[in-house]
Amino acid sequence: MKVLVPVKRVIDYNVKVKVKADGTGVDLANVKMSMNPFDEISVEAAIRLKEAGVASEVVIVSIGEKKSVDTIRNALAMGADRGILIEEDQGVDIEPLAVAKILAKVVEEEAPELVILGKQAIDNDMNATGQMLAALLGWGQATFASEIEIADGKAVVTREVDGGLQTISTALPAIVTTDLRLNEPRYASLPNIMKAKKKPLDEKTAADYGVDTSPRLTVVTTEEPAAREAGIKVGSVDELVAKLKEGGLV
Amino acid sequence: MSPTSHKGLSFNWADPFLLEDQLTDEERMISDSAHQFAQDRLLPRVEEAYLNEHTDPEIFREMGELGLLGVTVPEEYGGVGASYVSYGLVARAVEGVDSGYRSMMSVQSSLVMYPIYAYGSEEQKKKYLPKLASGEYIGCFGLTEPDAGSDPAGMKTRAIKTDSGYRLIGSKMWISNSPIADVFVVWAKSEAHDGKVRGFILEKGMKGLSAPKIGGKLSLRASITGEIVMDNVEVGEDALLPNVQGMGGPFGCLNRARYGIAWGVMGAAEDCLHRTRQYGLDRIQFNRPLAATQLYQKKLADMETEIALGLQACLRVGRLFDEGRFAPEMISLIKRNNCGKALDIARNARDMHGGNGIQIEYHVMRHAQNLETVNTYEGTHDVHALILGRAITDLQAFA
Repeated sequence: MKVLVPVKRVIDYNVKVKVKADGTGVDLANVKMSMNPFDEISVEAAIRLKEAGVASEVVIVSIGEKKSVDTIRNALAMGADRGILIEEDQGVDIEPLAVAKILAKVVEEEAPELVILGKQAIDNDMNATGQMLAALLGWGQATFASEIEIADGKAVVTREVDGGLQTISTALPAIVTTDLRLNEPRYASLPNIMKAKKKPLDEKTAADYGVDTSPRLTVVTTEEPAAREAGIKVGSVDELVAKLKEGGLV
Repeated sequence: MSPTSHKGLSFNWADPFLLEDQLTDEERMISDSAHQFAQDRLLPRVEEAYLNEHTDPEIFREMGELGLLGVTVPEEYGGVGASYVSYGLVARAVEGVDSGYRSMMSVQSSLVMYPIYAYGSEEQKKKYLPKLASGEYIGCFGLTEPDAGSDPAGMKTRAIKTDSGYRLIGSKMWISNSPIADVFVVWAKSEAHDGKVRGFILEKGMKGLSAPKIGGKLSLRASITGEIVMDNVEVGEDALLPNVQGMGGPFGCLNRARYGIAWGVMGAAEDCLHRTRQYGLDRIQFNRPLAATQLYQKKLADMETEIALGLQACLRVGRLFDEGRFAPEMISLIKRNNCGKALDIARNARDMHGGNGIQIEYHVMRHAQNLETVNTYEGTHDVHALILGRAITDLQAFA
């Protein structure tokens, strides 16, 4: 079974993001970028399927600026087999629908039985690509996975839902999107980082797939979260209630 | 020129000269992996290790599993075959947690694996390197003696020729890893080689070989240090490192370790800067954050500047190393400069943390104490000045 794992290069989760002065987005200049953490979880899940003898090949695909090649190499260093870079650099984020359309073409070409995606990218939190891809392909989907089991041509996936867990079964081929608690991604070992250099990596462009990636959404404003105001200390419950009433909070 | 170039782009205080941009993909990944490992696996145990003077030998296995031991040694001997820049980045990541952990790694990589790789026979390489790379074997390096520190050529350890090999007599002092070591690379004057210094590989358990721990250290407490006592240790001819003689042997190893130290101490200094910045933002005195005061900001700016310059210098020397164009004086320059600057940064960080700065959980005093050793070992600050002074004047001033 071949597994396809799309990965996205995003601002590193440790970076304190700054909004651009003109509100068109966030400042990406001189900022550390890394693989979307949910995608790391997807890569780890796919590699574990391979190690368990369930998957035969793990193929990584990334759509975005040329430097996304680093993100693919990182997945190869973790243990994936080969990569496909689809270069598309418009200087703005590519919307989930365009990404899903390109991925649908990649799926046609590669014929994987399973596509594992992060449930969302931490840059814009869209949480849409996996679902759209399932719709475009007419495949079953299991989102927010905290456990994946593949057996008898089916994927049995435990999903994290509000206040509990749901286990569903879907026929293969299928789309799975990963949640935080599925696994803890491994560190790429140094020998595997060196080996990753020699693994095959195809370079293509969105135009090769005939997909129009121009944005359909317009970003109106981007704002920093409001700064938290300083609190006050109160001496008694009565004073607390009085202050809450004063602020119209109770 | 791009239209933004006249007003410049956003400044990244955590990477002021965009060091990351100057690395290859592979070096960036190696740096990230080492950094994650250090933060996830080493940081949680360092406080206990430092307070109780406890060295966990398991750390060697964990480092070996990730490939942090013998970064520059070729794959065929179990190493990684990566660049000297990569090795430096690993040292920086590990010393970002503790100079002791970096010492354990540097000794294994530069002072044990390197001499076996560079000066050893094929049999010696095959026998020792893969197990040292995996961390199954722990190695140590015996050069310094009680009466031979800055003047290692004054060593008293002797190798006396026997029918089947050599008999070693002498003792070594301040040896990182020695009490838990399986493999000992020891330097001795060999009578059979006109009194020239030769290297020998000794193994734990040999008759007459012991390695007592040196207790009571106030620095590098997470990394065990001991002596090596050789009371007529008999070894075969196969224990001799065949391909080097004279002080060039140990100095070849020390060049590599010192180069790694120059990177490593910048990791400790960066940790001090990051912690002190955060402390200054969080700590409110006189109704404002400490970081909002001019004195505090001036000190942070000094730290940031020295770290940026120090790292850039390391990268340059690393590139020259990888191109085979380094001179040992370059390493003296960066080892001396970066250790001295890192020590100063750590002392300031301790001071800027006020009373809290003396506590283990604020980490900065541990770095400062560690860096006292790092500034001294592998050529003191002053001895490296004399190496540079000799290069500048053509006059040696050691004695």
